[in-house]
Amino acid sequence: MKRVAERIAQHRVAAGPAVVASLWPLIAGIAIAWFLQQWLAPMIGPFYAKVLLDIGIAIVAASSLNIVNGFGGQFSIGHAGFMMVGGYAAAWLTYYGSIHLWGTPALHGGFLGGGDLLFLASCLLAGVVAALTGLLVGLPSLRLRGDYLAIVTLGFGEIMRVLVQRTGDVMSPAEAQKAGLGGTVGAMGGSLGFGGIPTYTRIFYVYVFVAIVVVCAYRLKISSQGRALLAVRENEVAAESVGINTARVKVQSFVMAAFFAGIGGTLFAHELGTTLNPRELGFQKSIDIVIMVVLGGMGSITGVVMAAAALTVMPELFRGFATYRMPIYALALIIVMIVRPQGLFGIKELWDTQLWRRWFHRGGRGPGHTPQAIARELRSERAGGEPGRDVIDRKPPMDPSQPETRRSEDES
Amino acid sequence: MSAAIASAPAALEARSLSLSFGGLKAVDKFSLTLPARGLCGLIGPNGAGKTTVFNLLTGVYKPDTGECRLGDARVDGLKPSAIAAAGLARTFQNIRLFGSLSVLDNVRTAGGVRARSGLFRSLLRTPLYLAEEAAIIERSLELLDMLGIAHRAGEQAKSLPYGEQRKLEIARALATEPKVLLLDEPVAGMNTNEKREMRALIQKLRDEFDVAILLIEHDMGLVMDICENITVLDHGVTIATGNAAKIQQDPKVIEAYLGTTEDAVADDAASAAGADGGA
Repeated sequence: MKRVAERIAQHRVAAGPAVVASLWPLIAGIAIAWFLQQWLAPMIGPFYAKVLLDIGIAIVAASSLNIVNGFGGQFSIGHAGFMMVGGYAAAWLTYYGSIHLWGTPALHGGFLGGGDLLFLASCLLAGVVAALTGLLVGLPSLRLRGDYLAIVTLGFGEIMRVLVQRTGDVMSPAEAQKAGLGGTVGAMGGSLGFGGIPTYTRIFYVYVFVAIVVVCAYRLKISSQGRALLAVRENEVAAESVGINTARVKVQSFVMAAFFAGIGGTLFAHELGTTLNPRELGFQKSIDIVIMVVLGGMGSITGVVMAAAALTVMPELFRGFATYRMPIYALALIIVMIVRPQGLFGIKELWDTQLWRRWFHRGGRGPGHTPQAIARELRSERAGGEPGRDVIDRKPPMDPSQPETRRSEDES
Repeated sequence: MSAAIASAPAALEARSLSLSFGGLKAVDKFSLTLPARGLCGLIGPNGAGKTTVFNLLTGVYKPDTGECRLGDARVDGLKPSAIAAAGLARTFQNIRLFGSLSVLDNVRTAGGVRARSGLFRSLLRTPLYLAEEAAIIERSLELLDMLGIAHRAGEQAKSLPYGEQRKLEIARALATEPKVLLLDEPVAGMNTNEKREMRALIQKLRDEFDVAILLIEHDMGLVMDICENITVLDHGVTIATGNAAKIQQDPKVIEAYLGTTEDAVADDAASAAGADGGA
């Protein structure tokens, strides 16, 4: 049988279509983000525009946790810690950077003006700083698993919180200019929080990052790299036996998740009406994010996105009930977990669920198939003379002697 | 590839591998030479250390002493993933599949070890990545087809019946493009038909993939029939090596499996005494 290396030539894709295929989800994401900002936000009013913003940030946070927790099965309950690291790094850059560039920490420039560019740079800085801490936290994951790893990540979140609480007061523009950029590193506001951060976070930016995170998560999931991560979650010994460097894959997932969490933290820090303080991004926030991932289905991107949106909107909708708000929220969670312990979709995506297939008459594709892949399966001539798609769609003959073979597809 | 030449390096060579768990010598000075395209067997009573040998060869355990070569490359002390990448694949006695992934994805995942694209290429979906993924999918489907489980490609691996799970493990092992394949009890729990099918399959694999095979099996009929060379382990010690005829005549092997004559005499005496007592 021909080796993979010998087959690559016949599957070559032209560069042009590949670039288009590579970029269109991002361009579509930018278009949607623009549409949300320009059309939807004015229509729904400032209150719901803020909810929309919060949903976006929740999606970034939950989708990034889903990479390490859902795909990799590494139970991390310190995810808000990465947001905090990123948020503070970014806030430091925009606040003190603004002072040094323009003399004031106020908003500067219009859309994609100087201030916005500084903000985007701070997103990148936040991602990188958080990714480095992710590398640090990922290392224990090589030796620890399950509950023990959870405790380590919890400890990490707490350490970050305490470290931030030990920082000095935020400097005024005059003080900051005297201290120089390097002298301001320790001045992050301590336990009172980092006040006066320019509020650059807008619906447009939030949803551009939502698009980036979701597209990256999806591409990761359907790629060899992502499947290696899923394999580690399923059976580590078997994963090693087929050549997956489990240590590397695990640390990689931590780094990638932390990178996006850092960006989520940046968006949170620069949002109007929130204060960046160590309490906001503490243990409670980590648990909130974990709940989104568990509820949506560990490993399901669409599930986690929907759960993040629902769990952000729900407390707002229940505002009318005032005192009963949190009990109702908790009860709803308990009921969902009893009815669907694997979360909304388990490991599957929305379009892999039976309900979706029934409604839209789609073929029974396993997770991880892209249109391109299936098109190529169709073209590939196989020994049996049947196109690959047929192979996948064809149901096995029912064997009455083995009723166990056709279990519910939703089991996971 | 032509038949193995005497001077060519063996596909797999182990030299006096030893491993102790505390005071227990699990494997003692295990040596083995598996020629290219060879088909060898590893047998022994339960607890003889056969699976431990597999775990030593594949890097799950690090040997205390001894060395292990895969072709020209020294592999002892490497991580299991590195050894797999070097061309050693295995199946497990207690099946270890990626249960909630689809059958196809189980095989694709293993094929990923031959892909050159890393994380960034995967995220950007570069032409090389797309070509590699397509090639891996195509090969995975061919492997499934060859093992007769292609119609299950879209199903969850854990929903497969036992026999097909074993086949899927073999398909997954082959997806890594191994030079050496270790099969741990490939026909355990199978009926006569399935065993016959598996025997034909094992021989076919060698021709189709140019792979050397080492198998652990309790089914003596299978081992004696298809293995060119057999190694017998007992309590971690190699008690015999040779072809089927030689092994069957070896007094030590007979002793390991059936007990000594003195044991038999003692057993007889005991049962006779028991029978007398009962009468």
